[in-house]
Amino acid sequence: MTVNTTIERQNVVAVNAGAKAKGALYAARQKIFPKRASGDFRRLKWIIMAVTLSIYYITPWLRWDRGPFAPDQAVLIDFANRRFYFFFIEIWPQEFYYVAGMLVMAGVGLFLVTSVVGRAWCGYACPQTVWTDLFLVVERAVEGERNARMKLDQGPWTARKIGLRVLKHSIWLVIAVATGGAWIFYFSDAPTLLKSFVTFQAPAIAYATVAILTATTYVFGGLMREQVCIYMCPWPRIQAAMVDEDSLVVTYNDWRGEPRSHGTKKAAASGLQTGDCIDCNACVVVCPMGIDIRDGQQMECITCALCIDACDNVMEKIGKPNGLISYSTLNDYNFNMAIASDSTGNVEPSLVRNPAGSFIPAVKHFNPRIFLRPRTLLYSGLWLAIGIGLVTMLLNRGRLEINVQHDRNPIATILSDGSVRNGYTIKLLNMVPEPRTILLTIEGLSGALFSIEGVDNVQGARANVAVEPDKVRALRVFITVPPQSLEQLEDDGQTSFQIIATDPQSSETSRYNAVFDVPEVLN
Amino acid sequence: MSSHNEIDEVSGVATTGHEWDGIKELNNPMPRWWLWTLYATIIWSIAYTIVYPAWPGLTSSTKGLWEWTSRGELRTELAGVEVSNAAFNTQIASMDINAILADEKLRNYAVAAGASLYKINCVQCHGSGAQGGVGYPNLNDDSWLWGGTPDQVYLTLKHGIRSLTDPETRDSMMPSFGKDEILTREQIAQVTNYVLQMGAREHDAALAGQGATVFAENCVACHGEKGEGNIEFGAPQLNDAIWLYGSTPELINAQIVAPSHGMMPAWEPRLGDTKVKQLAAYVMSLGGGTVGGSQ
Repeated sequence: MTVNTTIERQNVVAVNAGAKAKGALYAARQKIFPKRASGDFRRLKWIIMAVTLSIYYITPWLRWDRGPFAPDQAVLIDFANRRFYFFFIEIWPQEFYYVAGMLVMAGVGLFLVTSVVGRAWCGYACPQTVWTDLFLVVERAVEGERNARMKLDQGPWTARKIGLRVLKHSIWLVIAVATGGAWIFYFSDAPTLLKSFVTFQAPAIAYATVAILTATTYVFGGLMREQVCIYMCPWPRIQAAMVDEDSLVVTYNDWRGEPRSHGTKKAAASGLQTGDCIDCNACVVVCPMGIDIRDGQQMECITCALCIDACDNVMEKIGKPNGLISYSTLNDYNFNMAIASDSTGNVEPSLVRNPAGSFIPAVKHFNPRIFLRPRTLLYSGLWLAIGIGLVTMLLNRGRLEINVQHDRNPIATILSDGSVRNGYTIKLLNMVPEPRTILLTIEGLSGALFSIEGVDNVQGARANVAVEPDKVRALRVFITVPPQSLEQLEDDGQTSFQIIATDPQSSETSRYNAVFDVPEVLN
Repeated sequence: MSSHNEIDEVSGVATTGHEWDGIKELNNPMPRWWLWTLYATIIWSIAYTIVYPAWPGLTSSTKGLWEWTSRGELRTELAGVEVSNAAFNTQIASMDINAILADEKLRNYAVAAGASLYKINCVQCHGSGAQGGVGYPNLNDDSWLWGGTPDQVYLTLKHGIRSLTDPETRDSMMPSFGKDEILTREQIAQVTNYVLQMGAREHDAALAGQGATVFAENCVACHGEKGEGNIEFGAPQLNDAIWLYGSTPELINAQIVAPSHGMMPAWEPRLGDTKVKQLAAYVMSLGGGTVGGSQ
């Protein structure tokens, strides 16, 4: 085995090394200066950061042609007109169950991901993580790597220090403003709003929203960072409860790392066998949460896997296999620990290694079969079922709807010639961005006649009603049944019938079951 | 239970001594900034009680720096409503009721304003749905004693019916044919059956035949030859389905012997012309009324 002693040992202590705070009611925050990591997981994190930030910033600027009667913004939450546009989908407030369904899918999806790879949300996709990462990029670019930053932080307030700090916070604020600024474009036509925003013509709520989101981005991403995850966010607790023995979590493999030693050569010379961990603390210095993964699973760990990258780099340099810190399941870990431990419970390196130095075949490594467990299959099935249900509903949903409300007071009016009149409020929902002329008819109420306020095109019980694109038209409708037809109605004075709205062009139809009342004196 | 000074082996942190089903609570220190947040909220709350009314005294509370009150806020809001309505009200004051109804925006405003006036002033007699009752006309239908065009409804509202205060009010009344012994009991019975016949109701044909003469001599002047009524005198139509005081032989008979008459206050002195127009617009929106001059 080659042992390379050029690995420099980092002087660092995990921020949650509890003993220090023993007895105190309050603890001052310990500063963290994460070192830049490099490796597969860091690359993955860069990609996810680029993708998520691009989606966030670019989405409101995408255009989607919906014709002259609807906005051309691809994704638009139009609160003023109560419409939600998502590419080819337009959602009305009463169709909000699609959004509810998507939220349920997001929830189940999170359960699925967490049961497979633990707190992957926290480590890769959470905005807190993504923006903190972005802010750290700025910090490194301005102030330098970990050691330079620590030196600067401990040094006196020189002109250089003031200059660097002002520059860093200024860039952070610019990012924060851009973050808050992007948010508002989801709620109004982006180019128009941008123009009015920079000329100070935008509504006050736009400026207030940007101000609040600027403040939260700057404070959470720049100043508070890991404090948000540890003390403010309920998610770590919830997610931690959703992992089980077969979930992949970032794990320090004691069974091959212990006993750790940073004097391997000396130890070997004196005949002591040591584990793979050379106690270089590379895993601790890259941790954005400032913890030591070798202390085991901890609430603070967001499973960003940067410690894996850091450790793998060291393992490569000292010629040991990767994976001293790795994504492992508790079951595999326990199994390996059991074969690596001697009768006193101490890890004995020779128990898991061949004389040649490689691991014995009994050692368990990652097995993709853990993805297929009842729990993950159930979550996947549930997720798919909801998704298929939503898509099916979406493809079959109506774009014309009629709602009828019978007048309550008076329920019915007798007219001079003995006919009976009922009043209704009918709402016609034209849910497409084109003007339509809707034909209103009646089924099951013979002899009935329409009279509609503001609508002239009425013949008997047929009326043609123009409805504006993407609008609801409320109509006051009177239905009158002449005396000679009253006898054909139900004896109890309540006759059920249907009011039907039809679009003659697309022959889309919506029906409503209504009731016609005849006063008792005429029964 | 564990001792109070126990140190947790794994984390090296002292426990609080609390234990639930074997799970012990670690006595981790709070972050200091959390404490500062608490202090900040305390300072905020003190400032709040200075700016807003808060501290109770014997008779009232402190007024606060801004002297804010919920009543004051309501007053400001109502004043704002008054201002935004002023333009509509000025237009309504200067326009004819038909012109108001022809203008969609004005009509919508007048109907909404009339609806709230109606709830305060009219529901007591005409009912919350304007469906009326015995002796109180239904405003939803097409039978109108004094005419159901917008102009006529407006005039009726303005001057009232048999108002004691308005000289231009409608005050014609039907004679008490029985009580004042203008007709005999037999004649009244005959004419009652004739009226029932006119409305195609169950009647005694022989009596009705005799009643035709009585009707021709005493009733046609106001109710018309076929019982079609006359809005000049507020004489009800008799050959239709709507009966203000009931359509049974007994009730019709009683109405001939000693008629009941309704009464409505003149509303202009109370509400002013603009509000009367708003009320008229609301009444016309109920779906009743008549389009022509007669019923």
